[in-house]
Amino acid sequence: MNLAARLFLQRAVLGALIFVGAFAALPRSADATTVERIVSPGGIAAWLVSEPSVPLIAMDFAFKGGATQDPPNRAGVANMTAALLDEGAGDIDSDSFHERVESKAIEMGFTATRDYISGSLRTLTENQDEAFDLLRLAITKPHFDPVDVERIREQTLSALRRATMSPNELATERWWATAFAGHPYAQPPRGTLESVPAITVDDLKNFTRKVFARDILKVAIVGNIDAATAGKLLDRVFGDLPATSALSPVAKAIPQGLGQKIAVNLDVPQSVLMIGGAGILRKDPDFMPAFVLNHILGGSAFSSRLYKEVREARGLAYSVYSAVMPLDYAALFMSATATRSDRTSQTLEVIEAEIRKMAETGPTEEELAKAKSFLTGSFGLRFDTSTKIAEQLVLIQLDELGIDYIDKRNGLVEAVTMADVKRVAKRLLDARMLVTVVGKPQPIAAKGG
Amino acid sequence: MEHRKSGIHGVRVIIPAWAALAARIQSTAVGLAGVAAALALAFQVASAAAGGPEIANFTLQNGLEVVVIPDHRTPVVTHMIWYKVGSADETPGKSGLAHFLEHLMFKGTAKNPAGRFSQTLATIGGQENAFTTADYTAYFQRIAKEYLPLVMEFEADRMTGLVLTDDNVLPERDVVLEEFNMRVANSPEARIGEQVAAALYLNHPYGRPVIGWRQEIEKLNRDDALAFYRRFYTPNNAVVVIAGDVNGDEVKALAEKTYGQVARVADVAPRLRPQEPLPVAVRQLTMADARVAQPTLQRNYLVPSANTAEPGESEALDVLSQILGAGETSRLYRALVVDEHVATGAGSWYQGTALDESRFGVFASPLPGVSFATLEAAIDGVIARIAESGVTAAEFERAKTRLIADAVYAGDNQATMARWYGAALTVGGSVEKVTSWPARVRAVTPEAVQKAARVWLDKRRSVTGYLVKELPGNEEKRS
Repeated sequence: MNLAARLFLQRAVLGALIFVGAFAALPRSADATTVERIVSPGGIAAWLVSEPSVPLIAMDFAFKGGATQDPPNRAGVANMTAALLDEGAGDIDSDSFHERVESKAIEMGFTATRDYISGSLRTLTENQDEAFDLLRLAITKPHFDPVDVERIREQTLSALRRATMSPNELATERWWATAFAGHPYAQPPRGTLESVPAITVDDLKNFTRKVFARDILKVAIVGNIDAATAGKLLDRVFGDLPATSALSPVAKAIPQGLGQKIAVNLDVPQSVLMIGGAGILRKDPDFMPAFVLNHILGGSAFSSRLYKEVREARGLAYSVYSAVMPLDYAALFMSATATRSDRTSQTLEVIEAEIRKMAETGPTEEELAKAKSFLTGSFGLRFDTSTKIAEQLVLIQLDELGIDYIDKRNGLVEAVTMADVKRVAKRLLDARMLVTVVGKPQPIAAKGG
Repeated sequence: MEHRKSGIHGVRVIIPAWAALAARIQSTAVGLAGVAAALALAFQVASAAAGGPEIANFTLQNGLEVVVIPDHRTPVVTHMIWYKVGSADETPGKSGLAHFLEHLMFKGTAKNPAGRFSQTLATIGGQENAFTTADYTAYFQRIAKEYLPLVMEFEADRMTGLVLTDDNVLPERDVVLEEFNMRVANSPEARIGEQVAAALYLNHPYGRPVIGWRQEIEKLNRDDALAFYRRFYTPNNAVVVIAGDVNGDEVKALAEKTYGQVARVADVAPRLRPQEPLPVAVRQLTMADARVAQPTLQRNYLVPSANTAEPGESEALDVLSQILGAGETSRLYRALVVDEHVATGAGSWYQGTALDESRFGVFASPLPGVSFATLEAAIDGVIARIAESGVTAAEFERAKTRLIADAVYAGDNQATMARWYGAALTVGGSVEKVTSWPARVRAVTPEAVQKAARVWLDKRRSVTGYLVKELPGNEEKRS
């Protein structure tokens, strides 16, 4: 049952070898961390990095099915569920639950995104029994007491009211609402000022019944725990969950409204610009070339083309970037920046010109080589803490990349050729985009619809 | 400044989110969507207890101090240089200069022209950034360990070798103005935060925003930046902190070869800023912004920092902040959000890491229909109860456990460790003071916490800011 994978990162370009080491007490030669796939006696699988030199355990887990499972017109159910799991569970009320968590310095948190709902647990090894028991209650027996639900609802509404002040939030919301009209992705995962008041306790309970199931559970455990103990704890926490989920089907989607420019008025000195179009799904063979290409265009923090042209050469913005975003049911290419109102049009033109240029001619050989060198060289920085390792291992499972992905990943980056990135540049960037702008009204050249 | 239920600001705040400015923060969204960012874990206490690697601390002949924090679990190194200069060291009228210079430090030297340092990091897979606060300016790189000599060489070169021209200074000033727009002008909550701090400090430059006042940022120029650089960027005014897969001896040899070759260019004057008079007035201010849909209250008290406090006082304030306003079990959250039902959120923070007298903050967001008077009465009641009756044994133990565990959790992250030591050493602290912090927290008594509430959370030491949609005069009178 133990499928071990050596967690090391070969750097082809500069020949260096980066280990994600784990055993401080052992000599360097033995210093490779192993990721094990373990299966509990009750049949629950998890990826484990056993590291006896540290006095703590970090566990991350996720269930597929996040805000996409919110009922129609009830956006925010997954998000409110996540916020309420530790507000009373089993025979413990909300106040006592928080007290027990804090008195042992346990860190427990839950988050809902569009595609999954996830949790993280951090505990000192000596408190592992209490920590895993509390987590079991939170996942399997949350109360959703009306008084707690109302408190969390008020907090959610407060955050939503606050978001109406933020041009960034408004630009994002408007972009998704337009691009995915009629699809669950159109709704903000946090819900809206209209949908959150309508959410009922039954909605929350139904969500947990549909989503909290063993067949869609992904778990990673890192720290001072062996496989046998981890197996027992997995059964204790997740063993009572139903075997199968009841997810509502979600349609695949492609972004709509491409070619449109939508302006939203807000009296702020700086306008926020979001530009996006169709991307490339994670399992598409073109994903890795797209990832490398994007690094050159706008992914690299301080040496991307967008950084050089928008920020360094013209001082138009403090932050400018682009990203490839593969979701479960759609894929996106996004770029965003913020600039003073009277330079909005100029900034948009510069970004669009860079996208066009990249689509037409692709990167230079030097840019491609540097990007590959950076992406392979920096991969190890994702694995230098227990917390980061646990996060990464759950993400790799959610993306169904396989336990050997960490070994293979830098090879996949190295294998990207100039022909690949040029092909993908056309596919990704030679396309119409949807633009949202939030700020003071400025004449924006209307191109397209 | 938003303090929601995670309460991450409730614990040991080193750099409050609103006080530290990063030169080049960029969103780096990548293909793998991020799982919720979890708190960093760490093993400083445990590894020390288990006879773990020793922290090395030495000073080169040119006055540069070096701290090495070994963590051999992974062959990665975090390299930071901390200059003992921040916005509180600026000349009046030149606000924002420390931060502006931080941006300009990426513009190249005679030996390494513009872009070479960043391009090198971009090629070797290194991460970099920099940030400025009122008391310090720091630059860092995260790299595979074999590149440590390379980045030390680059960083030593730009300590005194910076070359600036109007061609790269002026566009960067526009970048900083856009940063100002993004962080401050576009955010009503950041704007009132500036107003509260400015009103709190009657005499000390901590009242100036780190990013500067807009009309002064607009006039900063190359000569200002170079003069400031020559005054403060010298080995005898800096601390290098290196955390990761290294040990003291190898770093010492490297440091002598790189930083050790940099001559002192300035004598560093003692950092004597104008100090605060005894505060005597209860102050309130109201700021209206038409965008505000969720009003908030922010209060700052003038309190001792770890550097100015009597022994034990700063640690008592750490514990007090934990009990008063960290998370769902805190007094403020329980009273305002759960029991009295007047707020959607409430909490507190304490910034102990500061050279001069610092701030203790309390904040709350009223539920719709709840007046600031009601909200404030509830806050005052909570504070008065601690000042008059002290804290319970259970909450006291919980708070200390939590704070000490933070130090344990923090050591899992070499970058966090480097930041803790670097920040402490630039504001009058020492390696010993950082490592002994958990023991000092353990030694805090319930009486000391009660006394801290009574002495320091005196309203006459405070400014309370109300962020509203419209000024009261324009509001419909309903009561």
